[in-house]
Amino acid sequence: MSTTSRYSTFSLAGDLYGVEVERVQEVLKHQPMTPVPLAPPSVAGLVNLRGQVSAAIDMRRRLDLPLRGEDDLPMNVVVRTDDGLVSLLVDRIGDVVDADDSTFEQAQDAMTGPARQLVRGTYDLGEKLLLALDVDQTVDVNSRQNVGAGDRGGSTSTTGRGGTRPGTPDTSRT
Amino acid sequence: MNDMDEIVQEFLVESYENLDQLDRDLVALEQDPSSRDRLGSIFRTIHTIKGTSGFLAFPKLERVTHVGESLLSRLRDGKLSLTAEMTTGLLAMVDAVRGLLACIEATGLEGDADHTAVIAVLTRLQDGPSPAAAAPAEEPRPMIGDLLVQTGKATEEDVHFAIREQEIGDPRHIGEILVEQGVLEPGEVAEMLSQQGDVIPQQRSIYESTLRVDVALLDDLMNLVGELVLTRNEIVSTIAGQGNQVLLRASQRLNGIATELQAGVMAARMQPINMVWQKIPRIVRDICVNVDKTVHLDIEGQDTELDKTIIEAINAPLTHLVRNAVDHGIEDAKVRLAAGKPAEGRIAMRARHESGAVTIEILDDGAGINLTKVRDKALQKGLVTPQQLRGMSDADLTNLIFLPGFSTAERVTNVSGRGVGMDVVRTNIEKIGGAIDVQSAMGVGTTIRIKIPLTLAIIPALSVRSGGERYAVPQVNLLELVRLEGDEAATAIQTIHSAPVFRLRDALLPLIYLHDRLGLESQRPDGGALFIVVLQADDREFGLVVDDVEDTQEIVVKALQKQIKGVGVFAGATIHGDGRVCLILDVGALAERVAEGGALRDTAEAVAETAAVETESLLITLIGGERRLAIPLESVTRLEELPFSALERVGPREMLQYRGAIIPMARVSDVVTGGSGPGGDGPLSVVVYRRGERTVGLVVDEILDVVDQPVYERDEATHDGVDATIVVASRITEVLDVREAILRADPSFFDDAVTAEA
Repeated sequence: MSTTSRYSTFSLAGDLYGVEVERVQEVLKHQPMTPVPLAPPSVAGLVNLRGQVSAAIDMRRRLDLPLRGEDDLPMNVVVRTDDGLVSLLVDRIGDVVDADDSTFEQAQDAMTGPARQLVRGTYDLGEKLLLALDVDQTVDVNSRQNVGAGDRGGSTSTTGRGGTRPGTPDTSRT
Repeated sequence: MNDMDEIVQEFLVESYENLDQLDRDLVALEQDPSSRDRLGSIFRTIHTIKGTSGFLAFPKLERVTHVGESLLSRLRDGKLSLTAEMTTGLLAMVDAVRGLLACIEATGLEGDADHTAVIAVLTRLQDGPSPAAAAPAEEPRPMIGDLLVQTGKATEEDVHFAIREQEIGDPRHIGEILVEQGVLEPGEVAEMLSQQGDVIPQQRSIYESTLRVDVALLDDLMNLVGELVLTRNEIVSTIAGQGNQVLLRASQRLNGIATELQAGVMAARMQPINMVWQKIPRIVRDICVNVDKTVHLDIEGQDTELDKTIIEAINAPLTHLVRNAVDHGIEDAKVRLAAGKPAEGRIAMRARHESGAVTIEILDDGAGINLTKVRDKALQKGLVTPQQLRGMSDADLTNLIFLPGFSTAERVTNVSGRGVGMDVVRTNIEKIGGAIDVQSAMGVGTTIRIKIPLTLAIIPALSVRSGGERYAVPQVNLLELVRLEGDEAATAIQTIHSAPVFRLRDALLPLIYLHDRLGLESQRPDGGALFIVVLQADDREFGLVVDDVEDTQEIVVKALQKQIKGVGVFAGATIHGDGRVCLILDVGALAERVAEGGALRDTAEAVAETAAVETESLLITLIGGERRLAIPLESVTRLEELPFSALERVGPREMLQYRGAIIPMARVSDVVTGGSGPGGDGPLSVVVYRRGERTVGLVVDEILDVVDQPVYERDEATHDGVDATIVVASRITEVLDVREAILRADPSFFDDAVTAEA
């Protein structure tokens, strides 16, 4: 019998990403945003979430993907963090899916760029791969982990949260 | 309502709540007698009630709590361990206190209930456990039912009926039930109640008429109001386009109500600091009478508004600090007169909004903190090891007073000095994200500065535009606005050393272009008007050039998340009426940037004096560990670093071996302090002067920098080798009287100079 994990999904540059559904506060259509001069590039600005000021992170920039066109308005996936709500700007909101834990694989080796640190692993959904994001790493835009991480991908992942997840790669590869 | 009543009422509300907590704590403590935290908390509660009752002149209350506190103090120090008997005794004390408070609330006086039994029990318990049981604290009040039967107003059966009704869930009082049954007239009940005792339970007590609301609930309300305002805006603008008069009127009403509601919810959170401060004069006066001192109290900024949570959190610490200042800070009149101070001590309290925070200062001109005593005490109490002490600066030593269990008071007075003190103050301040800083000079006084973030505070702010975005500037930093028309703008702004300045009346004002600072493009049309927002932060004035100036409004300051905190130019964010987020500029940080850029003159006056903007190079040096001293570079021949072995003693004088010769020298620290500076055997930083055949060296601790500075004015009264005091890179810096320093090294250095010098 296999267990499943529930993910709230969204698409970015043609790929399907997901965050644990319990971290998601809500999803919203495009919101007016106030840019923050001098902020890290992936901080797109500040949005007003019902009276709460929260940072919006452009996930395309965060993952070093090609940028959206001017007229493609992003949508907001609002996640809860230790420091309040943070909005992730994504191309399109997808469904909530139950991913089969036995299909989970750590995927650092297959990733390049910032994704090595931000993607915890992949789930095989049959027709598509789901890239599971590590929310805490994603919102930590000030961390330097993305720099020069090329030669320590494997060792960092096993000490991270991935190891405690059900269905580690060992069981799925037999 | 007069001030006094208000103080007493606050005390009552606070104490009632504390007592409820105390009941729970005491019972919990019995389960876990080793919990020092809990014991500490109980102790502090009783300590607070005792302290306040002393000031408010409730001697009975003070006596009861005093014995309780003494017992708790022994428990806390581990001299006694808690027994059931002690718990009973302490609970009896809590009941006695509650009775007294009820009486005070009803009559304003303590009444004449007798508490000697409780006091006796607690006093006995202090000397150790004993088998005797604690005596009951008070005679119970007569029951209303008994009174009714005794006076023949109702039969025993009537009363039993009413009690049964209560037992099966009727929430009403016996009297009410009997009135409904037609047994009694309402007037008769009131009569009985007044016979029952001093306390009239039917009257709504203060405890019931004020309500504590969870701040989280207020936060939620605030957010909801924010949403309501946004929805309102949407509705109002939609309806305005439709021409439906009925809807239009309704939407206008909605508009007004939403605005009032917003104001109301905001107001529910804000209070002037006066809420806390109005009782300070009396506290000071009472302590003065108690310890026979006279103190003049100055209060400034009592209208400064603070969030309710913050007001509550700083109440106890501020009271404590003032108490300390009077009791420990200000010396006795005799001591003061002997030290050449006026007999009357001075204490000043100030509050103000300052660069995104509230700063509260408590200054006294008392004895200052005796660091030697602090050191001894900390050692004696085992709070630090001698090894730790060795590495400590004066500032570190001063901070020892914040350690738990520290108190330098030589005697335990009624006022302060039981070791509950600065640690609690600091904990309370830090709990709300604030910081506390103590500066003290022996014999001169102590300044305590508390900085509290105004995360939740509401401040008036000016909206400005730059680079297409809106920013808020806290009004507290705002001095004036200047509007320059297109052609005026081109000529009125000049540059000095590539730094832009603007002549404002008699002064040159350094300028910052906000869009430059933020890395944006100015949106000002070519030849359009330009605005200079004249700001002040930390005694520095500068002009902020923006594209446009909008309105002033009250804004709610929201903290920035960590993703943005690092930027350093923003103090927070706020949400405007249209729902857009707006960043609040950190004026203090902008001012620092001006100073770093070198454009900012120290004061507007200094700038005016140097309109020609002559500058001179100054050598910035360090002496005596932390004193910054500037030496005009103009006449300096060389800067050298010589090994310590270059120092020679010739009789009583020190000389330097320099380039194969022995030259006279002076230690600059000796020149400016008039005493002898500290020795050491490291390399020597030497400023060399040569005049014809004569050479002298001036030795400083360290050479820090060379800066270009506008020509300074000599102070009229120069003294101790200091020519002037100026500000360099926002640090106070003294300018060395070079002539005197050189003469100190070589009294004949300038001889035969009359002909050479103009």
